[in-house]
Amino acid sequence: MAKANLMDYDKALELYEVVIGLEVHIELNTKTKMFCGCKNDFGDEPNTNVCPICIGLPGSLPVVNRKAVESSISIGLALGCSIAPTGGFSRKNYFYPDLAKNYQTSQFRDPIAFDGQLDVEVPSGNKFTVLIERAHMEEDAGKLTHIGGATGRIQGAEYSLVDYNRAGVPLVEIVTKPVFGAGAEAPELAAAYVRSIREIVKALGVSDARMERGNVRCDANVSIRPHGQDKLGTRTETKNVNSLRSIERAVRYEIQRQAAILSAGGTITQETRHWHEDKGSTSSGRPKSDADDYRYFPEPDLVPVEPSTELIEKLRALLPENPADRRKRLAAEWGFAEMEFRDVVNAGLMDFIEEAVAAGAKPQAARKWYSGEIARIANSEDKDVSEMNITPAQVAEIATLVESGKINDRIAREVLSAVLAGEGSPTEIVSSRNLEVVSDDGALIAAIDEALAKQPDVLEKIREGKVQAAGAVIGAVMQAMKGQADAARVRELVLERANQ
Amino acid sequence: MSELIRKNASELVEMLAKGEVSSVEITQAHIDQISKVGDAVHSFLHLTTENALAVAKEVDRRRASGESLPALAGVPIAVKDNLTTTDAPTTAGSKILEGWIAPYDATVVTRLRQEMMPILGKTNLDEFAMGSSTEFSAYGPSKNPWDLTRIPGGSGGGSSSVVSSFQSPLAIGSDTGGSIRFPGAVTGTVGIKPTYGAVSRYGLIALASSLDQIGPVARSVLDAALLQDVIGGYDPRDSTSLKDSLGSMVEAAKSGSLKGKKVGVIKQLSGAGFQQGVQNRFAEALKLITDAGAEIVEVDCPSFEYAIDAYYLILPAEASSNLAKFDSVRFGMRVTPEGNPTIERVMAATREAGFGPEVKRRIILGTYALSAGSFDKFYGAALKVRTLIQRDFDAAFANADVLVSPTAPTTAFKFGEKVADPLAMYLNDIATIPANLAGIPGISVPIGLADEDQLPVGIQFLAPAHKDAALYEVGAALEGILEGIWGKRMMDFAPKLEGN
Ligand SMILES: [Zn+2]
Repeated sequence: MAKANLMDYDKALELYEVVIGLEVHIELNTKTKMFCGCKNDFGDEPNTNVCPICIGLPGSLPVVNRKAVESSISIGLALGCSIAPTGGFSRKNYFYPDLAKNYQTSQFRDPIAFDGQLDVEVPSGNKFTVLIERAHMEEDAGKLTHIGGATGRIQGAEYSLVDYNRAGVPLVEIVTKPVFGAGAEAPELAAAYVRSIREIVKALGVSDARMERGNVRCDANVSIRPHGQDKLGTRTETKNVNSLRSIERAVRYEIQRQAAILSAGGTITQETRHWHEDKGSTSSGRPKSDADDYRYFPEPDLVPVEPSTELIEKLRALLPENPADRRKRLAAEWGFAEMEFRDVVNAGLMDFIEEAVAAGAKPQAARKWYSGEIARIANSEDKDVSEMNITPAQVAEIATLVESGKINDRIAREVLSAVLAGEGSPTEIVSSRNLEVVSDDGALIAAIDEALAKQPDVLEKIREGKVQAAGAVIGAVMQAMKGQADAARVRELVLERANQ
Repeated sequence: MSELIRKNASELVEMLAKGEVSSVEITQAHIDQISKVGDAVHSFLHLTTENALAVAKEVDRRRASGESLPALAGVPIAVKDNLTTTDAPTTAGSKILEGWIAPYDATVVTRLRQEMMPILGKTNLDEFAMGSSTEFSAYGPSKNPWDLTRIPGGSGGGSSSVVSSFQSPLAIGSDTGGSIRFPGAVTGTVGIKPTYGAVSRYGLIALASSLDQIGPVARSVLDAALLQDVIGGYDPRDSTSLKDSLGSMVEAAKSGSLKGKKVGVIKQLSGAGFQQGVQNRFAEALKLITDAGAEIVEVDCPSFEYAIDAYYLILPAEASSNLAKFDSVRFGMRVTPEGNPTIERVMAATREAGFGPEVKRRIILGTYALSAGSFDKFYGAALKVRTLIQRDFDAAFANADVLVSPTAPTTAFKFGEKVADPLAMYLNDIATIPANLAGIPGISVPIGLADEDQLPVGIQFLAPAHKDAALYEVGAALEGILEGIWGKRMMDFAPKLEGN
């Protein structure tokens, strides 16, 4: 696969207007699947969470999971959507071995929620309103593993294995209207939008919302057109973008790739493209056209979902605080500088800090540990903060140990590494490694006396106003105490001595 | 023994209750009859006579020990082979499912087992219930016991012939466009299509989900009522299942009366163009109905003209999707073609070899009707006709309690007569199809023999949705009047089969 030509990003933006559209699939965390009673847990031994319904045996019939309907309505309400009084299901017909019935049951024609909007802030602080076209329910397909080929794709494989544990897992697909006007920030907006959706479904408790596990999946539609042109450009749909960072990169890549093609007089092929995280590029999937014929028709085995007004209002009343409102509230409560808070949000650290604060940490201390240390280490290990082996409560514990003077910052960093390495809780580590600072004034005074004996002129210098002369004594004491002393307390004691 | 097999189910119930006969004796008598005439009539695709005898034994044991038993306990039955059973193959009359044993029982089968009815076996049908003669069964046609050179109706010719040749007093059928009622009419038996949703479809291998309905096949109206009371009622596994009880069919059959009823003759189905003998018997029946105190009114259903056209778009559309799951991946036949066996080629080869001509015809028709370019013209238009037919019925039932027509235009035709002419075959169902399109119940009751061929003729009563009881009431009344005139039962006119 030859590397595609890319146009310089700024140049591309100068020549073309970018239009994006996002389709986000949310995997609901219901106990059971969308249309049967099987456990909604596809990490289990393959083909163990299956039944006649989800593997499409002859004669079996689907029954809609009420909880999934409620979760979908909650998502719709949180996105400001209208809820349809009657939401029917359709069959999307196509043959593929991961699709047990060779049709997918989906709310193609009758989405349960429609016409919503979401305000999204990008890292620069610019705000955009993304219009939501619809949010509808559908079922997931099984998982194919292709064995024996070089690429892991079906082409060239010797044989393929199907795991139907995922078949029939409930999904909500959220589709935006075309998003105009983001300009150079279109890639950031795409990522920020998906992050917001993730926050919302997490706050609702309807999905585990782990992108790395495929709980949140994004297909990014990108098209460009010369500035001033009315007609939309031909779009590509990039699949397999499994992290916020890759969404941003993939959109940026598509803009540059399409710009290079158009400016060279070429045309964009309407197609599905696959994002390759390792190569940082997309490659052509199968051609897609509006003529794709899925022969949709109303699913005759199901009656339409007709949520009552009472149910909708009950779910509306249960909606958690809107993430944007929550951000506003936390920014005020924590008193961070605007830049500090934005960094926290952009790094996805808000939830962690909130939990650490709830566990007793001061907001600034929690911020410092998360932004300064944990996020940095996670980044160097190419991990998400959520994957780091430390809980917000443990972070709060470290912050409290520092606050109370039991350990100093240097030792706290050592404790953090030990916690991340799985040695135990911060308190356990402090005691097992004997890291607690010497807070016994007697021991400190003895060490000070010893140091003063070697540098007898220090006290005189201090009395003459050269307070910085204390540094030499403090250094010597800290050295003698192997760093396990509170330097501030040592300083206090030295100054006291000089003033006696 | 031989008189046992000629008893109605209601009589067997009484004899069992009085201890005049055991269930084992009854079951064995039917098994003996199966041995005598089974090969000639070819009603069964699979026999489960050993299991049937085991159930019979258990019924006798419980009765002997004074335990209470369900109403039809110990009365044998046969089940159409498109209902899943765990103790016998389920083929739906197709090669593609040859030898497949379902891992679960259909709800109706579960209810028969709970009722402790010995299940003798699985009955023949046109492949996937597509046909009116059983000539499209992949396992050869069933014969009409009145004349073995003629068809027993279809698709449920196995069930109609099993009951009319005294191999079983009762059978289960399924009716998508007349597959219970047409076979009933041409074999001199009683067949009922209940209201859509009155009997669970869970475990019925779907032909057209929005039209399919399971129902009883019997030799008397009361017997059919006994059976519907067993198999009917809400099933949470079928989303289209009716939640409200339709009342007792047995009580309706026992109170059988025509007095004061308004009986609507459908102008479009009053017999014009039908076989003369059919017209004669129908006219006589109308006179008897009037004599019994009912008022005959004429009702106009102008949209019925388009019923067959609409039916042969909706049915194939749904069937093309329902039959997509037969792809060799998870169950059933698998054909691996020469050369590179890609999944597409294996699916294609399996479906090519596994499906018969009528199934392929309807899959192609349905796929076309749903395709993007023709959806509105065909499937969409058919749905509109369906609505118009429902409106015709609404208007008709505003003026009549029940509607009547001959069940079929002709008596049983000879094998081969229509098999090469699909359109001629489709016309058999002209009177039965509207009920499926509207979801209303219909019954076929025998009303004598056609003068010209001495073959059975049936009358069809139709009632509004949920008013199944009305059919049993008028059906039982007319049956009683006719038996009074004849001095015997319809089946007593039938020629004796060899060994009978
Ligand atoms: Zn399942």
